[in-house]
Amino acid sequence: MSGNSLLKRVDWVVVLLYILLVTIGWVNIYSSTFSEESTSIFDFSYSYGKQLFFIGVSFVVIIVIMSLEAGFYERFSSLFYLVAILLLIGLYPFGKTIAGATSWYGMYFFNLQPSEFTKVATALALAKYLSDIQTDIKKIKHQLYAFLVILIPAVLIVPQPDPGSALIFFALIFVLFREGLSLLYLGIGLLLVLLFVTTLKFGTIWVGIGIGLLLVIFFLLKRSSFKVPVFPLVALVIGAIAFSLSVNFVFNSVFEQRHRDRFGLWLRLEKDPEKLEQIQKSIGYNTYQSEKAIESGGFFGKGFLEGTRTKGDFVPEQHTDYIFSTVGEEWGFLGTATVIILFTLLFLRLIALAERQKNAFSRMYGYGVISILLIHYFINIGMVIGVLPTVGIPLPFISYGGSGMLGFTILLFIFVRLDANRLNEWT
Amino acid sequence: MKKFLLSSIIVIIGITFIGRLSYLQLFNSSSENVLEDTAIKAIYDYPERGYIYDRNGELMVANQPAYDVMVIPREVKPLDTLEFCGLLGIDKDRFIKKMKKARVYSPRLPSVLVAQLSKEDYARLQEKMRKYEGFYIQKRSLRYYDTPSSASVLGFISEVNERDLRKNENYVAGELTGRTGIEKEYEEILRGRKGIQYIQKDRFNRDIGPYKNGNYDILPEQGKEIHISIDKKLQEYGETLMQGKRGGIVAIEPGSGEILALISGPTYDPSLLVGRKRSKNYTALYYDSIAKPTWNRALSAQPSPGSPFKALNALVGLQEGVIKPSTKFKCYNGFYVGNTKRGCHCGGGTRDMTSGIYKSCNAYFAGTFRKIFEKYTTSDEGMDVWEKHIKSFGLGNYLGYDLPDGRKGLIPDKAYFDRAYGDNRWSSSYFISMAIGQGEVATTPIQLANMTATIANRGYYYTPHVIKKIGNKEITDQKYTVPKYTTIDKEHFEPVIQGMADVYNKGTAKWLRIKDIEIAGKTGTVENFTVIDSVKTQLTDHSVFVAFAPVDNPKIALAVYIEHGYYGARYAGHIASLLIEKYLKGEITRKDLEQRMLERTLEHEYAKPYSGKPFAINEYEW
Repeated sequence: MSGNSLLKRVDWVVVLLYILLVTIGWVNIYSSTFSEESTSIFDFSYSYGKQLFFIGVSFVVIIVIMSLEAGFYERFSSLFYLVAILLLIGLYPFGKTIAGATSWYGMYFFNLQPSEFTKVATALALAKYLSDIQTDIKKIKHQLYAFLVILIPAVLIVPQPDPGSALIFFALIFVLFREGLSLLYLGIGLLLVLLFVTTLKFGTIWVGIGIGLLLVIFFLLKRSSFKVPVFPLVALVIGAIAFSLSVNFVFNSVFEQRHRDRFGLWLRLEKDPEKLEQIQKSIGYNTYQSEKAIESGGFFGKGFLEGTRTKGDFVPEQHTDYIFSTVGEEWGFLGTATVIILFTLLFLRLIALAERQKNAFSRMYGYGVISILLIHYFINIGMVIGVLPTVGIPLPFISYGGSGMLGFTILLFIFVRLDANRLNEWT
Repeated sequence: MKKFLLSSIIVIIGITFIGRLSYLQLFNSSSENVLEDTAIKAIYDYPERGYIYDRNGELMVANQPAYDVMVIPREVKPLDTLEFCGLLGIDKDRFIKKMKKARVYSPRLPSVLVAQLSKEDYARLQEKMRKYEGFYIQKRSLRYYDTPSSASVLGFISEVNERDLRKNENYVAGELTGRTGIEKEYEEILRGRKGIQYIQKDRFNRDIGPYKNGNYDILPEQGKEIHISIDKKLQEYGETLMQGKRGGIVAIEPGSGEILALISGPTYDPSLLVGRKRSKNYTALYYDSIAKPTWNRALSAQPSPGSPFKALNALVGLQEGVIKPSTKFKCYNGFYVGNTKRGCHCGGGTRDMTSGIYKSCNAYFAGTFRKIFEKYTTSDEGMDVWEKHIKSFGLGNYLGYDLPDGRKGLIPDKAYFDRAYGDNRWSSSYFISMAIGQGEVATTPIQLANMTATIANRGYYYTPHVIKKIGNKEITDQKYTVPKYTTIDKEHFEPVIQGMADVYNKGTAKWLRIKDIEIAGKTGTVENFTVIDSVKTQLTDHSVFVAFAPVDNPKIALAVYIEHGYYGARYAGHIASLLIEKYLKGEITRKDLEQRMLERTLEHEYAKPYSGKPFAINEYEW
């Protein structure tokens, strides 16, 4: 295979979107961590210098990934998965603790976070398992196996503790839906989330009344010829009410106080506006500051390096998880909307690519990539702009972090490599 | 179907995010002003307010330091309130109230907690302030007055209120602004520009250096000093003479329109409105609704002008050609309007114009006034002509002087009488009183003074003003340097001025003559009425006097109006003569006049309407 033809078959739309996002990310990391004393953008004692280094490393990695044969990834996916699991286990005896979480291996001058790479390995392993000719996703047993592939790394990551990263793996369930898992599971999952949230906000009684009203509407609107499946309906209603009743128990007894605070803040459970503001400024400090920073940006933003709240370090973790607030303050609505649009285009493009794969493995891996990137994007921006509770996960390609940068790059470009190979599956 | 599910979810997420962001950044964004930014602190550097000097370069107003205790509510840490209140010398309730008010105004901008500490309090507090976070002492400069006089011209300054803050964003709570007089009129010039230094802060509220390298900082600009046209000595002397009397005096230099003295009685020492006692003193002055010391009578009192107005009617008569200086009218110790006789005090007999003026003959000017109107076929036409001439002397409307106070006075026009009597249903006999400056016409003392200056100039005036120099530059504003001409030709002034000079030589003011100074003047005695217990009651006449001197080369023209001073030559005439002598000679030779004015007050006269008992008016004894 000549390099020339590979270059022609690479999807340049994805590559361009990737470069744009990485550039936007680095500019904002520079702005968030910039200081008057620093002289060179290559200064490794500053975050933006390190990030630039990892962007460079990423480009090398991209070249390596592209020059390997597409079949390599499928063939060795089980091995990658095994190594990743071992690395996660190895953290328990050898890991380095930063900010309370034992998630890193201390390397010579940077810290490696294996969970970032486990995401790639898990996506590969899941695709591999599902694309196996003997796997039938309609079978409960195979569903359980597939679920186990996802569950093992998540279970290993939770006690680090890093529940945010663990959450990411469950996004891979989307791949199962694409491959034939009944949407009923998704429906039930969403219903449970809805019940959980509405019960917290309005209480079991109102949820009961709401379900009653829905039933009334259902019976009024249904066609007279429609035969009501009585048993499942009754089971559903009873189950929903029982779940609703259990929510308060879970919330008060199973959750820890910080979780309760986050939900309390998100759902505005505190009625007294003064107390609410107090909570906003203490527990919700990060979100409060990031919202204020974004608000202060207005339509055009304050300009590059002109964000006063960014400079004053008002938003904690601004170069990592809260990087989007820097975009909001310095580039305004123009900047934030641009980032959202770029991500949306990237996802839509990736879906199109995944759908055109003839090889099942490539398609499934593609959906794995989309699921992982999407959940990061959704939770991170949702948190920064205050529509979701606080969960500490980075924004792909934009947030500061060497392992993250490399992990997301590998994740994306393995798929770009697979896609570039779609016309010569026989090689 | 499943294919589109994920795409739709992605698009819905994108729309939701953009919706939330437009709420935050487009609708909720309060177009953040640098001063509203939590991350930016502004430090102010106040320049000194400009000094004020009189026409001879004598200092009138300077500054003295004062210290305000300021608070930034957001930065206040829990403190021992009792101890702190003890230090400040205020009680706890007041402290709590002030703190609440400051928080309502703004949690991040400074508010005044205690205004204008004395030097001693400041020394005591200064060392201990460090202990109390969120509080600091702001040095300001207060006015220092090098004269007990001139409150009516200088005005005063006071702390900006919430309305000022809303109206003008250049002010911050606790700053001072001119309220009346020159301080208000020339606020921008006197205040200068405060310096602002912007400091970038971090989330711990620590300073981390200048904001944008100080590019947005503003350097303070000193307030400019101004020289005003007031003669400090004359003003002080005038106010001394006014003690115990109510009224207004305005003296103008006819050749320039500069106001030499502007006196309103009763007045007050401007130092009363400085420092911590300010608000108590101001309240006492403001609520004295009988003497009204804060009401500037020199600019705002608008009685009828009385007999000085006769000079104008003589000029109009001459200009219209209906009389000549030699024209004679017969006085029957009065004159007849229809069958009603109106009185005259001139002694009766046949009068020409000069004697009509110096004897102040009512009959002569009633005749002149009639002739002016008889010249025209309709009263409307006559009225238009008469009004045009009179208003060309600056009467009946704002003069345009540079003090933020005053009234228009009143010169009625045909529309006025149409409203009063109906269209074409009136003639000159309806308002014959205006011939002698009574009835509908009303003028303020400064208008009368300007009218006198116009006569002294033989036909033109400069808009009266108090500003003389800003910084070192003489004013060049055309408003004050271009003469305004009347509609009366120059040659008509001489006979009238002759009559006014004769007022001193042989007329109503012959007892007020001053050696070596030739003065032209005109007395006025203005009838006035009030309502006591719903009964219209006549009070003692107002004493009015206008004069200018020297006759041939006028240096000063003035109008004196003394409430209830009886006839013109009494209080007003005395004071006018004394002021002219003081200004032209620098010393007083007529000690008898001075003695009388310093000793006599009119308090007994002012007390009459409030006594609740019947009282006599226009008493001969004085």
